[in-house]
Amino acid sequence: MGSSLKEKIYKNIFLIVTAFSLVILFLIALFLFAEALPLFKNVSLIDFLFGKMWYPTMSPHSFGILPLILASFYVSFLSAIISIPLGIAFAVYLSELAPKGIKEVLKPLVELISGFPSVVLGFFGMVVIAPWMTNKLSPFFTETIPNFLSFLHLSYLSNFFANNLYIDVGLNITSASIMLAFITIPTIASLSEDALYLVPRTYKEASLSLGATKWETIKKIVLPAASSGIATAVMLGVSRAMGETMIVLMTCGGASMIPVRPFDPARPLPAAIAAEMGEAPYHSLHYEALFGIGAVLFILTLIFNILSDIARTQGEKKMKGKSV
Amino acid sequence: MNKRNFSQGLNFIIIKISVFVVVAFLFFIIFHIFRNGISSISIDFLTKPPTDSMTRGGIFPAIVGTFCLSIGALIVAVPMGIISAIYLSEYTKGGLFLRILRLGIRNLAGIPSIVFGLFGLALFVIKFGFGSSLLSGSLTLGFLILPTIIAATEEALRGIPQDFREASLALGATKVQTIFKVVLPAALSNIVTGILLSVGRVAGETAPIMFTAAAFYKPALPTSVFDEVMALPYHIYTLATEGTHFEQTLPIQYGTCLVLLALVVLMDIAGIWIRLKARKSKKW
Repeated sequence: MGSSLKEKIYKNIFLIVTAFSLVILFLIALFLFAEALPLFKNVSLIDFLFGKMWYPTMSPHSFGILPLILASFYVSFLSAIISIPLGIAFAVYLSELAPKGIKEVLKPLVELISGFPSVVLGFFGMVVIAPWMTNKLSPFFTETIPNFLSFLHLSYLSNFFANNLYIDVGLNITSASIMLAFITIPTIASLSEDALYLVPRTYKEASLSLGATKWETIKKIVLPAASSGIATAVMLGVSRAMGETMIVLMTCGGASMIPVRPFDPARPLPAAIAAEMGEAPYHSLHYEALFGIGAVLFILTLIFNILSDIARTQGEKKMKGKSV
Repeated sequence: MNKRNFSQGLNFIIIKISVFVVVAFLFFIIFHIFRNGISSISIDFLTKPPTDSMTRGGIFPAIVGTFCLSIGALIVAVPMGIISAIYLSEYTKGGLFLRILRLGIRNLAGIPSIVFGLFGLALFVIKFGFGSSLLSGSLTLGFLILPTIIAATEEALRGIPQDFREASLALGATKVQTIFKVVLPAALSNIVTGILLSVGRVAGETAPIMFTAAAFYKPALPTSVFDEVMALPYHIYTLATEGTHFEQTLPIQYGTCLVLLALVVLMDIAGIWIRLKARKSKKW
């Protein structure tokens, strides 16, 4: 029949369009590696990944991106410490505690945060968080707390605070982490909430009927049952924090040294690309090195995405046949 | 028993404080931008180009640029996204290829926006010779939001009850007719919601357009797709990080932030409103 042939043609057109997403993914990987590859005629891969000096424009130049990789891990880790508990608490509130009316208001707010322009958050970090760090938080750490501690005759602790927790640059790892945490909370909260929602109601009812309190049920039954979904959410959150550009570009300070203290300025991978690409001449070593950084960033976020996918499949297996 | 109730109460308070902190931080940011930005907003600010090496004047070219880039990205992403979602939701029945397809789309969604920027630079700007232009930027942004559009549309299609399809097929309609005349129209408002939320996202993206479309200063409006354009997010970035006039241009920065934020929030509210209205009028 003619119409069944037409149907087949449509189906195949749809398939080709859908497969185009795979083509894009492939092209992105291809171009990153192809543009980066010539660099390794001049710089060894080991020197690139583990070199401690990033001096792309000096002569002699040095293309070691270890400080940038460590900076990326540092901000992602610090922001995760903030965003994981807040994100999961948000999810628990939405799924288990919130009255329906409040829930209807909060869910759109989560969407709003997740679509918040990151350049505005970077700007806010620059004009509000950074000055607050140097003007308020630094004196608090280096004067108020040490004074109080020496009043308690804890001079060792007092000196430790005064000598280590000074903040001389407001644009630093902690400032960036705070803003990064804010933008990753929606990812963690909404995906964790989906996971909590999928926990069969019978689990909760069984626990409650055995005399457990609501909190005990959440802590010992609901959260463990949703753990793989929450793991998925956390991985995607970390991946998003690692790839986020404008916040680290504007609030992290930009120093390409190996970061030590949480109040040191640093230059994470995306910030290096964004800040330097404009000045790197086409197909210079610097240009190729920036594409190399892009490739590293691509691989890092891919690892986190695949880990989150593994967690998701595990969770789906565990939940199979248990939904009520 | 008392101790257990106390522990519950304490933990619930901690959870509520966490929620409050996040929401309060959101409102603090919005309030701060609004309070400092509102005095810069005037008709001239919204309709005039920047003057005096960008220390005075308005942001009209940046508004137009962001508008054009968003429309361009939608032209690239919406048809492709909707067709992909139709295929995924209406034609597939599982299997290895489908799993690879889904994994690919999910990973595309996870790629950092700056990497999209590099890709756009290498492919569109240099290889295809489009230069830093509206076209390169729209293509880059379009590919960036493609997975979001696919996900939103697929969810909307899955929300349509199976009965709709069966009724249509039973009346003798073909599968394609069923999809385009029954399923898509029924899912339309949720698809529009997804698109509006994506527009908000695209308008605020900076990293992908830095090397593919955005101009530091270009008061003339674009006349072709090969023109470089100013854009609101990039305007904020350049003014805030261009050291010499930082203090002087601070009101313009706040004003631009407010305009961008208002644009994004309006898109979000419109999308969420359409979704709410659709849910209320839903008859299934």
